[in-house]
Amino acid sequence: MRTLSYAEAISEATVQAMECDPSIFVAGIAVDYPSGIFGTTTEAYKRFGKARVFDTPAMENALTGIAIGAAAVGKRPVIVHPRNDFMFLAFDQLINLAAKWKYMYGGRAGTVPIVVRAVVGRGWGQGATHSQSLQAPLAHFPGLTVLMPTSPHDAKGLMMAALQHDGPVVILEHRSLFGLKGEVPEEPYVVPIGSAEVVRPGTDLTVVATSFMTVEALRAADELAKDDISLEVIDLRSIRPLDEETILASLKKTGRLIVTDTSWEMCGVVSEIAALAAEKGFHDLKAPVRRIALPNCPAPVSQALEDVFYPKASTIAKAALVMLGRTSSSLGEIDLVDDFKGPY
Amino acid sequence: MSQSHSGTEIVSRSNSLVLPSAEKSIEMHRSLLRVRMTEETLATRYTEQEMRTPTHFGTGQEAVAVGVCSALDAGDMVYTHHRSHNHFIARGGSVYELAAELYGRIDGCSLGRGGSVHLTDRDKGFMVSSAILAETVATAVGTALAYAMDGEAKVAVCFFGEGTLDEGAFYEAINFASIRKLPVVFACENNLYATESPLSVRQAPGSDLCDRLRAFKVTSERVDGNDVAAVYDAAVRAVQQARSGGGPVFLECMTYRWREHVGPMFDHDAKRSYRDKAEFDAWVARDPVRRSATRLIEQGVATAAEVEVWAAETKAEIEATVERARQAPWPAVDTLFENA
Repeated sequence: MRTLSYAEAISEATVQAMECDPSIFVAGIAVDYPSGIFGTTTEAYKRFGKARVFDTPAMENALTGIAIGAAAVGKRPVIVHPRNDFMFLAFDQLINLAAKWKYMYGGRAGTVPIVVRAVVGRGWGQGATHSQSLQAPLAHFPGLTVLMPTSPHDAKGLMMAALQHDGPVVILEHRSLFGLKGEVPEEPYVVPIGSAEVVRPGTDLTVVATSFMTVEALRAADELAKDDISLEVIDLRSIRPLDEETILASLKKTGRLIVTDTSWEMCGVVSEIAALAAEKGFHDLKAPVRRIALPNCPAPVSQALEDVFYPKASTIAKAALVMLGRTSSSLGEIDLVDDFKGPY
Repeated sequence: MSQSHSGTEIVSRSNSLVLPSAEKSIEMHRSLLRVRMTEETLATRYTEQEMRTPTHFGTGQEAVAVGVCSALDAGDMVYTHHRSHNHFIARGGSVYELAAELYGRIDGCSLGRGGSVHLTDRDKGFMVSSAILAETVATAVGTALAYAMDGEAKVAVCFFGEGTLDEGAFYEAINFASIRKLPVVFACENNLYATESPLSVRQAPGSDLCDRLRAFKVTSERVDGNDVAAVYDAAVRAVQQARSGGGPVFLECMTYRWREHVGPMFDHDAKRSYRDKAEFDAWVARDPVRRSATRLIEQGVATAAEVEVWAAETKAEIEATVERARQAPWPAVDTLFENA
């Protein structure tokens, strides 16, 4: 099958959806620049022009409200935040209005099908306010769908699903994934919202991972396989709604659970899944659940500190070894070398 | 008060006003009555503690809602804020559904899920009201954007209080509307207070809200918000400009809230001193409903007797409707997750 990068997959999903559905438009800072949000909006701009792909002032909150108001009368806006962190400014519209619209007006004001794309930064000194990952606070609120595709296949399929969904959807895209290549069908298709995927079957221990941490978990699994240790890796893909069934089925099989996410532990996605295991999978657990997330400080800029800040494949592999009471004589240099070229 | 507008200089502007037709004047007066009687009936019954929803009564501000809504077509779309009953009724919303919503009944416009600050009647061109300041300014701009993208000759309108101009998000929204020359009318009800805070703690001395909007290249006009004919006149021009591609218009309608910020009481009865009784009395003397009635009679459009009959009929009908809403069924508890 043909391979595309993650960025190309998002672009293709956008273009194919826009061809079928004239109500879709794309708005946000820099979406019509030649660089087009890592190339994800460039092709849509070439095809559909400024009428449907347009730059806006920096107005995260109003832009979200504008998207809601357009969606209320039949549009399907896609708005883009080049970094998650700016989305804090949009929380009023996103949480107080979009998330509640359908319920709070008794279904009689219709629905507001907006898609909010937001990029998670990591490394190269992104620092405290350009590297955050907002799945936990967003998924807290009933009414919002929160997606974190990892593979190019899912980046396309979940984008297309979001563009057919009848409520507000937030898609968090990790910058470190934009260059990732994978098989992507050419024809339009949908990955169902609310479904996790077992991306590597295994028997000894389950790793539930989100976004880029899935890539790290797969590297850890590859390495441990050399010592005949079998990790099952689940790519969560959808934070809300959460696919409890896939997680609990895996836990039943392996009895051990590591949860790893691109954000912090406190009130985070890792904690939600640990709670799920405690509440509904307790009797399957052979060991305490281990959470692997960001350490409890903001992201530092210095490369020396950044190196120790982010959990990596080796962090997951070492935790798995401890949980399994195993050692590895040969745990090699498995961590990815960040080859990102700055500045942004 | 150091602000340039206390309301008094506005009254003189309406002397040169071209009055609407007799038919339109009567229609607007009857709408004013409907709005006033609805709000007064709800305020009276609110003290029974059966409407368990924080409610911001709009008594005294009716002419803004009626004047603006009377200038709209059926296909236009209204958004509004927390003090929104006036707009809901003026736009043709059902008194029964409004009252049932306040009583938390299944027949409420939002099925008892929204309460006083979350109303909807989109078939009547009233999209939603919402509780957070400046929220619906942006959504109105978004609806106007959709109309403009589709080349539809429709207008979006947003009502809000002058407290909304204290919010940063307001300026984001009006800036975008101005850049894109969107068909939207911003109808500001300047009632001089945000909650209980006067203009003097929220605006620098000499501030002029219209000037702020002009800085964003938005056409702006200050209007006597207690004169329904003046509001209507300004709104007709505003809607015409917006609809014809001339860009957004800001109307600063000077008016006054009679009752407390939230709840049915009068501030002086509640022993609050943030605004004095003399100021209150001066605004009550400019009662928009009585001014409209007086003008109808002076112009020979209606007799005093007719005006009194309309008022009595409206009052009786609304009182019966509100009582009927009180007796409507509760939502079934197994519908808690409906539309979640």
